[in-house]
Amino acid sequence: MATTAQPGASLMGASVRRKEDPRFITGTGRYTDDLKLAGQTYAAFVRSPHANATINAIDASAALAIPGVHAVLTGEDMKKAGVNPIPPGWLHPGIKIAEYRALAVGRVAHVGNAVAVVIADSPTIARDAADAVVVDYTDHPAVADAVSALKPGAPLVHADAPGNVVFTWQLGDAAATDAAIAGAKTVVKQHLVNQRLIANAMEPRASLASYDPAADELTLYVTSQNPHVHRLIMGAFVLGIPEHKFRVIAPDVGGGFGSKIFIYPEECVVAWASKVVGRPVKWTATRSEAYLTDAHGRDHDTDVEMAFDANGKIVALRVKTVANLGAYLTLFAPAVPTYLYGTLLSGQYNIPAIHVDVTAAYTHTTPVDAYRGAGRPEATYVLERTLDVAARQLGIDPAELRRRNLIAPDAFPFQTAVALQYDSGNYEPALDKALAMVDYKGFRAQQAAARAKGKLLGIGLSSYIEACGLAPSHIVGSLGAQAGLYESGVVRIHPTGKVTVLTGSHSHGQGHETTFAQIVASELGCTIDDVEIVHGDTGRVPFGMGTYGSRSGAVGGAAIFNSLQKVKEKGRKIAAHLLEAAPEDVDFAGGNYFVKGSPSRAKGFGEVALAAYLAHNIPADMEPGLEATTFFNPGNFVFPFGTHIAAVEVDSETGQVTVQRYVAVDDFGNVINPMIVDGQLHGGIAQGTAQALWEGAQYDSNGQLLTGSLMNYAIPKAEFLPNFETDRTVTPSPVNPLGVKGAGEAGTIASTAAVANAVIDALSPFGITHLDMPLTPAKIWSAIQGAKGGN
Amino acid sequence: MAEINVSVNGRAYTRDVEPRTLLVHFLRDAIGLTGTHVGCDTSQCGACTVLLDGRGVKSCTVLAVQANGAQVTTIEGLETNGALHPLQAAFREAHGLQCGFCTPGMIMSSVDLLSHNPHPTEGEIRHALEGNLCRCTGYHNIVKAVQIAANTMAAGGSAVAAD
Repeated sequence: MATTAQPGASLMGASVRRKEDPRFITGTGRYTDDLKLAGQTYAAFVRSPHANATINAIDASAALAIPGVHAVLTGEDMKKAGVNPIPPGWLHPGIKIAEYRALAVGRVAHVGNAVAVVIADSPTIARDAADAVVVDYTDHPAVADAVSALKPGAPLVHADAPGNVVFTWQLGDAAATDAAIAGAKTVVKQHLVNQRLIANAMEPRASLASYDPAADELTLYVTSQNPHVHRLIMGAFVLGIPEHKFRVIAPDVGGGFGSKIFIYPEECVVAWASKVVGRPVKWTATRSEAYLTDAHGRDHDTDVEMAFDANGKIVALRVKTVANLGAYLTLFAPAVPTYLYGTLLSGQYNIPAIHVDVTAAYTHTTPVDAYRGAGRPEATYVLERTLDVAARQLGIDPAELRRRNLIAPDAFPFQTAVALQYDSGNYEPALDKALAMVDYKGFRAQQAAARAKGKLLGIGLSSYIEACGLAPSHIVGSLGAQAGLYESGVVRIHPTGKVTVLTGSHSHGQGHETTFAQIVASELGCTIDDVEIVHGDTGRVPFGMGTYGSRSGAVGGAAIFNSLQKVKEKGRKIAAHLLEAAPEDVDFAGGNYFVKGSPSRAKGFGEVALAAYLAHNIPADMEPGLEATTFFNPGNFVFPFGTHIAAVEVDSETGQVTVQRYVAVDDFGNVINPMIVDGQLHGGIAQGTAQALWEGAQYDSNGQLLTGSLMNYAIPKAEFLPNFETDRTVTPSPVNPLGVKGAGEAGTIASTAAVANAVIDALSPFGITHLDMPLTPAKIWSAIQGAKGGN
Repeated sequence: MAEINVSVNGRAYTRDVEPRTLLVHFLRDAIGLTGTHVGCDTSQCGACTVLLDGRGVKSCTVLAVQANGAQVTTIEGLETNGALHPLQAAFREAHGLQCGFCTPGMIMSSVDLLSHNPHPTEGEIRHALEGNLCRCTGYHNIVKAVQIAANTMAAGGSAVAAD
């Protein structure tokens, strides 16, 4: 085990065991539902069973008659009290924003839409009473899929969004793309469905609000990836509570994967209701509620045209996508199928002309927003799946076709045809390493031999790039973001030299308490046990934008790093003063300041910290104390990349897919803790593989969710998955002082296409060139039977 | 209301419970042991796994009254004199957890597995954990952790000092 107690040793790049683990392995973690406040009451929601209905009347009399019920509150009550709708956080020109009220007023637009809330003394009384609330609805026809929603005559989701169009969005040079396609040797066309997914963080969403009338202050504990964003939007836009009277705490949070970014109706209701009933109010989602109300992900319907010259070089790419955004716009929803998607459509490839056209649609379904990867998995799937279709059509090996089109290592900074400028990259070594690890040539030989015996083996590549480390504020501001995406980091040195770090990032599994402590320990020469990382509390951390978009290391970590430099620099001046030397003659290493050339003239960091707080003997023009704050605003995104390869076997009798091997070679720049980065990859690969093979949210034509529980929405079990083989190349990012890139989403971004490509490769003897995901045994079996019948 | 007597982590509790109270709610709400988690409402996720008279059960699928007279062990009861159970230590050593929410159930199921199969193969570990869902780790390091713990326990190690 890498030690946690070696002062002075650099811990950067060490697989330090996690500081947060002792509480989690002993059952002493504190998640929102574990908290109990004196006088606490419980909320249960009355939800619409209809996807599209008018609310005629709500009769709460029977519910109110149940002993232990404090209140039944409706959307009209909230509206009368001045509570505003929940706004989206990203706008496009011409966007139609539907009014998204925490409790519906007058009408509902998806199954599970909250209509009323019961506040009662216990969860069971609240649930019983919610069942006793009688809502009179008039049910209307509904539309669940986006392509149908955009057809003339489709049921309208919102009267003020004609044709159910939320917005249309284009990027790239349409004329150049058209011309290049017209003149191309080969044009490969493919229709792709990127199915709807449900995040399923293992901890269901929860919130607990408490209003203190003496201080006129509201405290909200909530399962949030970004408590300051919650405070800002709920306080300033929805509830009308100023920041200094509103504290949001996201304690231990059991996974997010995007689904805990957004400002949800339930937490707005709980926060408001705690003031109305004068008691703390708690709500915890059941898993069934999570399926109906956690924002879903993906749900694209896409037509691709990829055009090639005679040498197999891509000359143009045209992409037309319909994105289903569900019934309402949540925080990042407008950005996901646009700036997080269209801008990634150049991938690792030199594509001179690209045009992407996106139409976002309202439907009578749960809102769709960011789910791990958010737009980038969809873009990667478009490119990588289509490249495999093209490889077959052109008769070029898929690895070779990718290689021919890679951006050359000397071409950076590289301006793509879809707005992004890649700052750095070197793609071929990662491709080569992955091919060597999996023994690509050997596998092809093995595959041919297996085919001769009727066994179906397949191999699939996915060479991806992502833009993460969200994000340069000036750029996202110009693209419609309603906030900056910098991060804050406070480094507070105590008089004893111990360190408290306040970060606006939020850890819900990522291990920030360890990796951020490694940065501090490496810079200050202390141990990670000398460092406390504080996150998730607006009452302690000055400000923050939270954790998503693989931003915590590249943006939050960089803020901490820069604050450490400020602290060290002030310490140098104090040390120089104490050592009677010029500051420029004083160096810092191993936790000591010393005079250059005479290391025995030294002051320990702790001595300097104490001097800073005693202030008996510091430079005359210096303020006492030793603390620094940085708001780090990155100059660009960071661009992780790599090649993932999956090898599968398909049982031709049952259609069952077994993932035999999974190889991932990634470039995350410098890596702070390889163990944690590998863990992020493993989980991401599992989720992306699950999209390829098992997961998919299904609605019927009335907007009823058919996959509403873990019984019929197949998230992977241990038996479904192989061990993962990971390796890396290292191209440090020039955008932040740590040279790091994001690692949280890469596994999900890369793996879906790799696994899907492997399965289709296995099925190629049947002439099958594409199947839409998830590639379930039933779908594969039917395709095989169809192909056999066709012979 | 029904009166039940349950021993939890070696301590006796007598409580009145509603007959519909699930064991997991008894543990979390009645006696305040919140290490046992609720991740679903269909008995799929296994976050609520505890030992009931030594065997792993999903405590969302057992009524509190069914535990009357029984011995229950939760994640909070795994340490011995302040020393971690080898599985607890191995989950940390192998990075077998990220958000930590499934971890108590995952560890309790693994305790159950190793109690009747001290030398499981990788396939047996994956099969034994089919009732426990993890969304963070892809299971890779969980399997590794169980293998490490099995080796520790086979070598005679019963507990590992917490650091």
